[in-house]
Parts: sequence; structure tokens; C-alpha cells
Amino acid sequence: MGDPPPDPETPPHQPSSRRSSQASQRRSWELSQPQPTISEDGPEIPLDHPTNLQGWSPGAPLTPQENLMFQAEEGQLGGVEYPSLNMGFPSELQYQPYLEEGGIQATRNASLMLQQLQQGQGNLFQQLDSAYLDTQPGFLGQFNMYQGEDLQFHQGAPHGPYMRDDPALQYSPSELGFMPFSMEVPEPEPRELAVQNAKAYLLQTSVSCSLSLYEHLVNLLTKILNQRPEDPLSILESLNRTTQWEWFHPRLDTMRDDPEMESTYEMADRQKGLFLRSGAGAEGEQEMEEEVAETAVPNIMETAFYFEQAGVGLSSDESFRIFMALKQLVEQQPIHTCRFWGKILGLSRSYLVAEVEFREGEEEGEEEEMEEMMEGGEGLEAHGEEEGEEDEEKVTDIIPKPMWKAPPVIPKEESRSGTNKYLYFVCNEPGRPWTRLPHVTPVQIVQARKIKKYFTGYLDAPVISFPPFPGNEANYLRAQIARISAATHISPLGFYQFGEEEGDEEEEGGAGRDSYEENPDFEGIPVLELVDSMANWVHHTQHILPQGRCTWVNPLQKTEEEEELGEEEEKADEGMEEVEQEVGPPLLTPLSEDAEIMHMSPWTARLSCSLCPQYSVAVVRSNLWPGAYAYASGKKFENIYIGWGHKYSPENFNPPLPAPIQHEYPSSLDIMEISDPTVEEEQALKAAQEQALAATEEEEEDEEEDEDEDLED
Amino acid sequence: MDAESLLLSLELASGSGQGLSPDRRASLLTSLTLVKRDYRYDRVLFWGRILGLVADYYIAQGLSEDQLAPRKTLYSLNCMEWSLLPPATEEMVVQTSVVKGRFMGDPSHEYEHTELQKTSEGDKVFEEEVVVQIKEETRLVSVIDQIDKAVAVIPRGALFKTPFGPIHVNRTFEGLSLSEAKKLSSYFHFREPVELRNKTLLEKADLDPSLDFMDSLEHDIPKGSWSIQAERGNALVVLRSLLWPGLTFFHAPRTKNCGYIYVGTGEKNIDLPFML
Repeated sequence: MGDPPPDPETPPHQPSSRRSSQASQRRSWELSQPQPTISEDGPEIPLDHPTNLQGWSPGAPLTPQENLMFQAEEGQLGGVEYPSLNMGFPSELQYQPYLEEGGIQATRNASLMLQQLQQGQGNLFQQLDSAYLDTQPGFLGQFNMYQGEDLQFHQGAPHGPYMRDDPALQYSPSELGFMPFSMEVPEPEPRELAVQNAKAYLLQTSVSCSLSLYEHLVNLLTKILNQRPEDPLSILESLNRTTQWEWFHPRLDTMRDDPEMESTYEMADRQKGLFLRSGAGAEGEQEMEEEVAETAVPNIMETAFYFEQAGVGLSSDESFRIFMALKQLVEQQPIHTCRFWGKILGLSRSYLVAEVEFREGEEEGEEEEMEEMMEGGEGLEAHGEEEGEEDEEKVTDIIPKPMWKAPPVIPKEESRSGTNKYLYFVCNEPGRPWTRLPHVTPVQIVQARKIKKYFTGYLDAPVISFPPFPGNEANYLRAQIARISAATHISPLGFYQFGEEEGDEEEEGGAGRDSYEENPDFEGIPVLELVDSMANWVHHTQHILPQGRCTWVNPLQKTEEEEELGEEEEKADEGMEEVEQEVGPPLLTPLSEDAEIMHMSPWTARLSCSLCPQYSVAVVRSNLWPGAYAYASGKKFENIYIGWGHKYSPENFNPPLPAPIQHEYPSSLDIMEISDPTVEEEQALKAAQEQALAATEEEEEDEEEDEDEDLED
Repeated sequence: MDAESLLLSLELASGSGQGLSPDRRASLLTSLTLVKRDYRYDRVLFWGRILGLVADYYIAQGLSEDQLAPRKTLYSLNCMEWSLLPPATEEMVVQTSVVKGRFMGDPSHEYEHTELQKTSEGDKVFEEEVVVQIKEETRLVSVIDQIDKAVAVIPRGALFKTPFGPIHVNRTFEGLSLSEAKKLSSYFHFREPVELRNKTLLEKADLDPSLDFMDSLEHDIPKGSWSIQAERGNALVVLRSLLWPGLTFFHAPRTKNCGYIYVGTGEKNIDLPFML
């Protein structure tokens, strides 16, 4: 419960010293306040009490000294009126003089009562201890100090009035001969009964736990006395709370693992693996030489440094970990070039994206497998439909075939070209395994433009949206990466140039050049010029056409598969649509040609540090894709994206409305759809019919009348 | 984030990708100390950075002894010279709600907004087009106020309320435990409580009046507008607001480090319900 009990030998000395001059003892006691721990003083003293007090006769041999005590004590009383915790010490002192003055006359009684009242029951409990040796001396000893609690209780106790009238209180109960070995159990006085009740109340366990107030206060005060914080009163409530908490959450044994920290340690272990070299020992030197040569891993730290000048980027230790993770990726996969593309934030986890290019000839076996699986799946589905139709056809009714034709699927671009020029690997945190993202299809890009969804952080999460996105989060992520790359990857003018092998642009059908190479003669553009004009920056990724591809493909072009299906249907289609060729800005167009967003330039360029323009870098920030940054300084430049992965739009996002309901049946002679007549129309028709009927009746009547007239005539 | 632990806080909040360049950091360390001395604030917080087209605003806030008292907001364009902003009023918020788009970065820039105002002359009622000029400074004040009211976060236990009224920093706050740190209910809005009064008595019975005197993030509408992530394998818990993208709150569990920073364009994400 608190501390281990202090040296029990010191207290026994105290009683003997008490018998010596009390005045000096008191002073020395005051001085020695900080040293003795209270926890054991208490029990020791009361045990000695009876013997101690036996030495004092009920008479007043020390009256003058007592008077001195008393006066000094009164002064002390006056001084220590606030029932603070520090009263623990004075209480000890005070009970001493009280007990010394056991034989004080009645005139002192009032002050004694006052003293008692002010000190609360500390003294009384001391007497109680002496009277009744408790089984828990430890508790009671510490009970001395609970002035505040006891004071309040004491003053509200109903036994208050008894004190003034009880003549027996001239003498301390212990002096009345309560000996530990007394045969009879004396009848407890009302005050002591009250005291016992109070203590029993304090020992009562709380409703919500098995802790009693008494124990809690013991813990609290022990803790305070051990730690000796500055100004304990102001943090009393917090300490109270902490002590309570600690009671129920004992410190774990050192041999046991903290269950909460499991995942932290696991992550640290995994990241430790990043830092260790795979080879060891003698191979170390060889590896060094290999590594010093060209490695596919870029200098992430340098990039991070430059971006830090711009106020962008992750912290340096995070960047280093990313560097090690990329290195691990390079070792695992046959990678030719590699670049840290950026970080996309998600709801539960984020993605670190690496842009890589495989070595020549390293065909992605996985990719083909995935395609085969998909095609196989489609074949099965088609087969299923056919079977279904056959079954139904056996039934008498012939179900009309749906007239809706899916729009022609635009073939996706080949690897290493257009939107699929690079391969992307993602991981959630450095140290976790890298996952490859599938290639993007044009329809995915088209749909991605229409929706706006947050990434959850799990690649296989479904993307629930309208219009429905064909794919899961991995596809959506890949589509967004493709859009961001196409829109925001820029470089200083002149860094890249076109190769000279290409023929005329016109021959390629207006598709434009789609490859570039580094310009060996690039001299670098001064930073100030880069910041001033956007014409000094160019896009070096192809623009994505509305179709979803970088190079246009006529969807109605006949391919071999379509010819097999049937020529009749196609002839019908050809007449209906003519698709225009989509053209986008060619490669390496300067940024000044970019469209504005609501009178706002889509790019913001700054110097990284206005205080020292000589050493600044030029930083360009995209306003269209918040989070895309590029820097350039001298001959170096780099792009990065850190953000949520969404485009900026000044207007609210409006999801497209659902398509109109299609016609169920074509209008033909058999089935003709007309709307039902409305009530008004029917009534009008009825009225018209009645009119017509009435008209004919009238005519008949007229005729009859005529006939009658004729007859009459 | 506290100006005293600026460097550490910036490091911990760097997961969102936006931070400060070294020259800005150095300027802030110096100038915020001076601000504290000049204005006699108890605590100075670096609130964040609002990205404008031409220039960025750096915002700092000064707190007095009572943590929930209205804060003084200062802005600067170069992290050295700070100017005090006027306190936000409801009128300002209404007025600037019509302004859309990015901040320009020039505090004296005025947005023009044409309104149709009805003026009556005698019996006839005319509708006139009135062009209202709204200063960018006003817009800045109201946006900062809105962000503070909506998404400023503080963990449970970091502040406590004394019976006398004022709210103090809890010096014995040792951080949330890991299990608590992942729950949204352990984080409160750093503002006067709005929802607290509406709680039923049953709910209030479990609350501790000295610690639970602010609204928690749990019941924010729309649900899911907070992204809570553990980075570095649970050594750091990061909350990002989706309603005001750019606000990052970080807390290292079991330590005292916590704080929030806003680095963004100062625009609310109204499309949030579609994006979840």
C-alpha cells in the first residue's frame, strides 16, 4: 500500500526524549519534520503512549511548562488553522502537548476542546489506538494526517455537544487506564463511538470498486510524500485521479509484455529489417562496390531536402525509411528506373506510391495472368447467359432480346505507352510489402473523372458510387494516379527534348509524339525566370483524352472479333454515329497553355525562400490538383504528390443523374405504345358521344314528328 | 501547436505532407517568442498556414490563462511581423459565406459580390443590383473562426476545469493510452461545448465534470468526417479532418505531445457526403 515501513527504531527514541525537556523537543521536532516518515510513527507512538503517559501524573508537576506548551501550542494552533495535509506534522506535535497536558484544569478544557475540534480526530485516534490495539496499526498510524477529512466529519458529527459536557475529558482516555492488557473492555464513550463510526465509514468500500476511501487516502498521501511535487495543492485533483487509476492498473511485471505496445514493436521490427543489409560478412565489401555503381533507387534524401525548402514533404526520418523501402523494392523486382511518386492519404491508412519501369524484356507475367483470368471469367458469363436463354426459349414464349447495346469497349493502352507507361507499386508503410497496381483501362479513367471518393487504405475495398466504378480501390487508385501524373508532371523547358527519329507528325494521324529523351545540353534555367513565367515549364506526360487514353482509337473500327459476331448489326450502327477524333495538347507543351480555373491560374510559382534568393529553389504548386508540387534548381528537378488524390473544383460536386428509362418494346404493328387517355379526355369523349346520341335522337324525334304531322295531315 | 514545442510538433505533424521550410521555422521560433512577450499571452499557438494564390498567410493564436476564453488571432505574411486580427462576429461569417474560391494572399484584396437588394420607393419595389465589397481580411477572420469552431481538437484530459470556472492546462496529463487514442470519443472539440447540454441525464452520469466539459468528436456530423490513423506502428496517432481538409491533429500516445495544425486552402469540403 504505501512505502515499506521506515525504520521502526527511531520512534522508540522519541518517547524517551519526550520526557526530557519538552520545549526543546518540540523545537527539534519541528526541525526534524521533513525527516521522519509518518507511516510508522503513528503506530509506534501510541503503543508507547500508555507507558509514556504513565509517567505523567494527573497532577500538574509541569504546569509552568505546560503553560508554555499551551501558549506555544495556541500560537501554533492559530498558525496552523487550515486543515492542510501538512498538518500531519503539527498534529503529531500537537497531540504531544495535548497528552502532556493530560492533567490540565478545566480552564484549559475549552481550549483543549477547541484544539481537538481543530485538529479533528487525529488525537482521538491516537487515544483510540492506545485504548484498542487495532489489527491494522499501519493504517491507523497514517490516519494521523487526515486532518481535512476528519475535521469535516468531526464538525458535522452529532457527538459534538458531548465533548463540552463530559467531565471525564479532563483526562485523556488513555490516562484513565486503558491498558492493552486490561481485562474488561471498557464501555466506549460516545465520542469514541462516534470516532469508531467515522472510521468504519471511511473504511467502507466504494460501490463501484473494492477500494475504500481510507485506503485511497493512504495511497494518495504516501504518493505525495514520496514524490514531493511542488505545489501539491494545485494538482491535488489530478493526483487523486492518478492514484485511483494506479490502484486498478498496477505496473506490469518486467517479464510480461505490454499488450498495447505489441503492434508498435512489430512495426519497429519490420522496419529494422529494412535497415539491415541482406548480405553479411565477407560479402559486404563486394556489395559495397556493386552498390556504389549505378543503382535504380533515386536519391530520395536529396529530393526530400529540396522539397523541405519549399515546405513540402514528409519528415526526414520518414523519407529515409521510404528510401530503404524503395531499395528493398528494387532488390525484389527487376526494375530499371524507380522514382518516389508520392503519398496518397486515405481514411484508415495511406499509400506510398513508387513509379517504376521494368527492365527491357521483363514482361510482366502477372499482368498476363490477370488478363487471362478476366477473359476466362467473361467467357463463363457469356456462356451462362446463353444457357439461360436456351432454357427459356424452350418455354413457349420467346423473350424479346434486349435492344441495348453496350458502348464499344475501348481497348486499354499497351504497357509502356500512354497511361500505362510506368508501373506503380504501393505500400502502406515503409517496411510493409509492396503491391503492384494493375494497368489502367480507359473506361476506368472515364469513370474516375465522374466520381469523387475517398480512399480507405485497403486495396481490395469496393468503390461504391454512381456511376458505378468498374473495379475496386486498387483500380480507382491507379486511375487517379494516372490522372495526376498526366496533369501535374512538369519539368523545366529544355530538360527533355524530342528524339529526332520520328517522322512527320501528320503521318501519325495527329497523335503527336509520345516519347522524349533527356537533353544532354540542358543548361538549367535561372530560378527567377522559372518563377516568373509559366512558359518555362512543360508537361512531360501525355495528356489524357476524354476517351481515357493518350492516343486516340476509333471505337467503331472493325477488329477481327467484331467481324465474327455479325455484320448486320454493324451496318446498322455505322450509319448512326460518326466519332470525331479527339485531340489533346501535344507532349512538352508549356504550362502557360493550361486552362484557367475560374480566372485563376492553375499553377502558383514561388521562390522557396525570399530571404536568400541566391540559394532558393523554384517551387511550383498546382492549384488544380492540390498537393502536387514540383521544384527545380539548376539542372535538377522533381515532382511529387502528397495529398488526398482529388481534383480541385470550385463548384460543388454534382453526381450525374440516372439515365432515362429505356423503351421496353419497339413500336411496331404488333405492339404499339400509346398513353392511356386521361380522365378529362374520357369525359370529353363521353360528353361528345352523348351529344352525338342526343343529336341523333332529336333527329329521330323530328322525323317522327314530321311523320306524325304528315300522318295527321 | 504550442510555440514552445514547435519543432517537435512540426515533425510529428509532417505525415500530411505539408510543413514549413527551415527559414520559416527559424523565423517562427524567434517571432513567436517576441509575440508572447509583447502581447503578454500565456501560451502562443502556431495555428497554421492558409495557402493563397499570391502569398500564404501564417496564423498564430494567443491564449490567456483560461484556455477556453476567446483567443486572439494574429497573421503574418513573412513569419516575422505579426498583425492582430479583429475578433470574429456572426455578421462577418454571414457576409463571407458568399465568397468562394481561393484566398488571394493579399489582405487588402476585396472580393466583389453582387447582390439583389430590394429597395422600396413608395408603392413600388425595385430590385437593385448592389455590389458588395468584402475584404479578404474579414474572410480570413471568419474562416479561421469557422475552422476553430468546427475542427480544433484536444485530447481528453489535457485540460481540466476548476470549480472556480477557469480552465487550465493539466500538468499531469500523461497522454492517452493506446486503446483510448484510437477512439474518437477521447478527443474533444477545443471550443465552448454546444452539444453537451443536450445529453440525457443517463449519459451525463458517466461524465467527469472536471474533464468532460467539452463536446467529443464522436457525434460529429457527417459521421466519418474524421480520419484516424496510426502511423509509425502506433507510435503516433493522427487525426485528419475531412470537412476542412488540411487540418491535422497528432498525438503520441502515452506522452504529452499533442497539437493540431491547419495547412490548406481555407475552403470547406462541401462534397464530403459524396466522398465517403
